[in-house]
Amino acid sequence: MSRVEIRKTYKLFIGGAFPRSESGRSYEVVDSEGNFVANPAMASRKDARDAVVAARSAFPNWSAATAFNRSQILYRVAELMESRREEFTNGVSLGDSIGKGRAGKIVDAAIDRWVWYAGWSDKLGSILGATNPVAGPYYNFSIPEPVGVVALIAPQDSSLLGLIDLLGAALTTGNTVVVLANETAPLPAITLSEVLATSDVPAGVVNILTGRTKEVAPWLASHMDVDAINLAGVAAEDVQKLAGEATDNLKRVIAPKSRDWLQTPTIEAMTSLLEIKTVWHPIGI
Amino acid sequence: MSAILTRTALLRSTDHDAIKQFVLALPAVDQVGAEGRAAMLATRSIKTSSKVYAIDKAISMIDLTTLEGADTQGKVRALCAKAVRPDPTDSTAPSVAAVCVYNDLVGIAREHLDSIGGQNVAVAAVTTAFPSGRASMAVKLQDTRDAISAGASEIDMVIDRGAFLSGNYGKVFDEISAIKEVCGDGEKRAHLKVILETGELVTYDNVRRASWLAMLAGADFIKTSTGKISPAATPPVVLVMLESVRDFYAKTGTRVGVKAAGGIRTAKDAIKQLVLVNETTGSDWLDPTLFRIGASALLNDLLLQRQKLSTGHYSGPNYVTLD
Repeated sequence: MSRVEIRKTYKLFIGGAFPRSESGRSYEVVDSEGNFVANPAMASRKDARDAVVAARSAFPNWSAATAFNRSQILYRVAELMESRREEFTNGVSLGDSIGKGRAGKIVDAAIDRWVWYAGWSDKLGSILGATNPVAGPYYNFSIPEPVGVVALIAPQDSSLLGLIDLLGAALTTGNTVVVLANETAPLPAITLSEVLATSDVPAGVVNILTGRTKEVAPWLASHMDVDAINLAGVAAEDVQKLAGEATDNLKRVIAPKSRDWLQTPTIEAMTSLLEIKTVWHPIGI
Repeated sequence: MSAILTRTALLRSTDHDAIKQFVLALPAVDQVGAEGRAAMLATRSIKTSSKVYAIDKAISMIDLTTLEGADTQGKVRALCAKAVRPDPTDSTAPSVAAVCVYNDLVGIAREHLDSIGGQNVAVAAVTTAFPSGRASMAVKLQDTRDAISAGASEIDMVIDRGAFLSGNYGKVFDEISAIKEVCGDGEKRAHLKVILETGELVTYDNVRRASWLAMLAGADFIKTSTGKISPAATPPVVLVMLESVRDFYAKTGTRVGVKAAGGIRTAKDAIKQLVLVNETTGSDWLDPTLFRIGASALLNDLLLQRQKLSTGHYSGPNYVTLD
């Protein structure tokens, strides 16, 4: 008798759990030839709301963790990604419509990129912070701090590497994140959520939604409890509208720019999600 | 339907044996049925205009509560300001029904409410050695008199759960009656809410018995919990209490209110409670004079939902007060 294959249900990742969409919906993902690949959950605005709540409640602990600790936790994620290399390779090959060989190289680059970001965690303070000379009996320090909850509309042109590149920047700086995965190729993002769930990243620090960008992105853009939004995966014609909706709570908006994801990013990806806090402290107390 | 009876006719006599007999003769609660019905009613979907109505209704039914050892006069004043105008950015948000504080802070609360135009917001005081109720009767009576003379128009008393659980229903009845007497009579009376502390009563049968005891002894409201014990106002408990109130109304023609307190933290929870009320006692009870929700954190969640409905986008904790 032949064995019945156990097929995976592709679900959302919110607050460390894997719920289906509250709406009960799913949508069909196909490969470049139109063949059926999977039925991932189709997130609604309420899933986005729940994800923001989860990210907000995870923020105090994640942002207060020592930079060294964050770095170790992120490195651990890279270790686990390595052990899922084959699954990632298949996902990227399908999602980016490229051969297995090239997909494997992209997965390597993604894991390396993650390690690169993990290393930055405890170095940003010394690069961006300063003790400032001031005319008065004060110590004056400038320290980088995370902005808060970041919504990340993952790039549509790179299902894994593009996501890793932008997500790593947000995490290593101490932000918590709500990701809206690549719409047509969400599988690598879902695999990543399974990696994150089994690593030491606390629940709620990363939340991953799959679904329609046009439907969910506006709710994240207008959400008053989201502090920054990266519009990388938003269609060019929608960018201005979403940036407008983000103004109500003075959200930081990071506009999409096309780039070669294989190229090492500049630290601007990280500084754009940091704020500099300056403290005056009287000398002698 | 049987003829309307007065309380005395229902009880025949207020001696302890008669009370015990009456209470023990109450029909048992079908536990599975009660939990099933509460769970079924919790699945009702309340959307759009009904949701707008439900949120404002729930806000107007809140007894905004602070019952901490660390309460200060400043905190109580801040609470009063919030009670009168819950959302400073939106004057259409209704005031809450009452603020609920410890006995010694009643004066501060009343004075501050009056000075900021909150004459319509009542002050409720928890008395009778809240939350345990472990004190002599003389202390409990004086506790209540103090609250009333300081300006409390609502008294939240706790029952003696020890006496109740050991079957001494007569003692519980007498205590409630005595406090009721201190609360006075007529229009100007202090409204008496009797806290059953259902988390300590263990069974739904006991909840029904305690509800009837309190109503027979003259309670204006029966209240689930002190908020210090978990579980508190779970939907099946509130359902059993609402059914008792409904049955009492059918027998006596007297409307007794219900206050659900403890563990109601989200707008969703609050709306579920309103559904229970509407489906059990009917829409007459959807009024602050007959249904209250004792809460502190709940108000912020209701305001966030309200802001979502009025602005069209999700709000966040930065836009409500830190309590």
